[in-house]
Amino acid sequence: MPILSGAQITMEVLVKEGVELIFGYPGGAIMPIYDAMLDYNIHHVLTRHEQGAAHAADGYARASGEVGVAMATSGPGATNLVTGIATAMLDSSPIVCITGQVPSQVIGTDAFQETDVTGVTLPITKHNYLVTEIAELADTLREAFYIARSGRQGPVLVDIAKDVQNEKIEFQWIDKPVKLPGYRPDMSADQRTFQEAADLINNAERPIILAGQGVIASGAMAELLKFVERTNIPLSMTLLGLGGFPASHPLNLGMMGMHGEAWVNTAIQESDLLLAFGMRFDDRVTGNLANYAKHAKKIHIEIDPTEIDKNVKVDVAIVGDLREMLAKLTSHTDQGNRKEWLSKIESHRGDSAVRDIKHMPDMGHLYAAHVIHDIWRLTNGDALVVTDVGQHQMWETQYYHHDTPRSLITSGGLGTMGFALPAAMGAKLSCPEKEVWVICGDGGFQMTAAELTTLAQENIDLNVAIINNGYLGMVRQWQEFFYDGRYSATPMLSPDFVKLAEAHRATGIRVSKREDVETAVRKAQSTPGVVVIDFEVEKEDSVYPMVATGADLDDMIRRPKPEIEW
Amino acid sequence: MIHTIIAYVEDKPGVLNRVASLFRRRGFNIESLAVGHTNRPGISRMTIMVDAEDENVARRIEANLYKLVNVLRVDDLTHKSPVARELALIKVKADSKTRSEIVQIADVFHANIVDTASQTLVLEISGTAEEVTRLLQMLEPFRIVEVQRTGVIAIQPGDDQDYSDPSLFETIQTKQD
Repeated sequence: MPILSGAQITMEVLVKEGVELIFGYPGGAIMPIYDAMLDYNIHHVLTRHEQGAAHAADGYARASGEVGVAMATSGPGATNLVTGIATAMLDSSPIVCITGQVPSQVIGTDAFQETDVTGVTLPITKHNYLVTEIAELADTLREAFYIARSGRQGPVLVDIAKDVQNEKIEFQWIDKPVKLPGYRPDMSADQRTFQEAADLINNAERPIILAGQGVIASGAMAELLKFVERTNIPLSMTLLGLGGFPASHPLNLGMMGMHGEAWVNTAIQESDLLLAFGMRFDDRVTGNLANYAKHAKKIHIEIDPTEIDKNVKVDVAIVGDLREMLAKLTSHTDQGNRKEWLSKIESHRGDSAVRDIKHMPDMGHLYAAHVIHDIWRLTNGDALVVTDVGQHQMWETQYYHHDTPRSLITSGGLGTMGFALPAAMGAKLSCPEKEVWVICGDGGFQMTAAELTTLAQENIDLNVAIINNGYLGMVRQWQEFFYDGRYSATPMLSPDFVKLAEAHRATGIRVSKREDVETAVRKAQSTPGVVVIDFEVEKEDSVYPMVATGADLDDMIRRPKPEIEW
Repeated sequence: MIHTIIAYVEDKPGVLNRVASLFRRRGFNIESLAVGHTNRPGISRMTIMVDAEDENVARRIEANLYKLVNVLRVDDLTHKSPVARELALIKVKADSKTRSEIVQIADVFHANIVDTASQTLVLEISGTAEEVTRLLQMLEPFRIVEVQRTGVIAIQPGDDQDYSDPSLFETIQTKQD
């Protein structure tokens, strides 16, 4: 049997798990693994900060559905991963983080660059491991990949003591199933439950589907389409569900929640049956729970049993993989005709159209809506868009229409500013054939802008649209609405983004007029490498509609109707 | 309502931390937690007494415990009339005047006197949590010096479930309503 070091065993397992790419940053406690890496056919991307590595692994995972891998050294290297791990946890993204740890002999002595990384990451990982015995290393890494990609996916961290990386043992890869007696990713409901759910569906007059990220994670797009077309039930989506059902489908009403479409929120409140498919009733989609869809029965299909009855008590719960469960459920349902209900929802739409900024005279101003709508148009709706967090993120959902899964990548649950640029790097590397656009704010862009150089080093081709309004826009909007317009710490001076781009070996373009948007977008599309477009937009525009925190879902702040006729 | 939840866990470093962290993070209130080895190598058993306002919360606690990779099996014994016992050691002031009265109280509670010193007695009681609490109340007037309670341990009475069957720890799925 060949004799391998712990570092080599780590690389052997990564290769066997199909890893082709690692995002990371070396340091003292992980040097043996970095040394071994040179002898294996795995490409390493040196991000400029470990947070970027975690987000890039996350973006890679979300774009491809495969496990993304991030690597860092002990102490500060590992703690810099934390925001990225928490982001992946809240959005159930499968990543494996490998960190070096100080030698096992000195663990617990506050050795140089020692941090209790498994302790720090315990509540923000699906599971984590500290490896201090080389005999356990290979199985531990295999378990980590298995846990990350099965069931409700999520981040797993493996912290490997440096002495384990250096130690040598006889090692041979044995292809045996992972044995985890306490881990049950596969569950299913019984026939009776499906029939109960189907009875509710067949008898409902005003049903609505709430489709979440589970649709995409379980690959249930075709099953969902079949269910919708059989039952004729209109569908709304969560932020992370966008793309799981074609935006252009006539039964797709659009996004629900705090900045969802007004007619969607109204329909949810008026419905008599909610069908929650792979979503978790986050506070951003329910508004005030006490008055949430009060007259509706609820069916919840969800892979994670801890989500059942967590926020919203449901009438029928089906725990299991959405794709399988939905296929079974569909066979129990009748063909539906919902003409009356659909025309009622349609009547709510008219009022929203007149409040759409896109239809209002722009008076020479550049609005984010215009920019995003134009990017959608000029990319034929086919781009993979990665957004940051804030106003631009919500405008993206309103003005970029996604027809395919994994074409929008965004930090939903944790709302992590700085996510977009590194996540887009991972996304682009997993699907090089895709046209990738980052849409971000001036604030979030500055949090991880250093990754521009990583993109240059890796010759990555993507475009960045900065929606630059000179404020931390979403916080400014809240200050305008709820804090008497007292702008505390939200006005923000930014660097010259064109020069910043150029300093990072990228191309920079500045746009402040609507008529220049198309030229800039087309130039970005035809220019290789990274192109950063600084869109100087209307400074104090707000995202409408908005459900204030704690308000009922249909109690929305609306964009004022235009005063002039048009 | 206090629920009696049993968790069989892998005997690995950090598992107690994972369970405790889960209760803290989700805001479930632990009344007591007792853990020890079982007769099966590598498996420990926890009795967790938890204050759950309704059955829904108890079910969610169960589901959350199952979600931990190192948790092998969870049973809620609350409605299965569990045999539940707690052990306590109680050191109480005792002088020549009060000593005999304390010994009488101990007798009533089937508590043992396990140490006698010139100023104090140490009582050992095993009983339900309520019995332990009542004994403490009875001893309060004599001035209690120190108390250590173990927390409740519980087991399901009767022949229904045979936990010597290894398959119970391999294949069980989370129950669904």
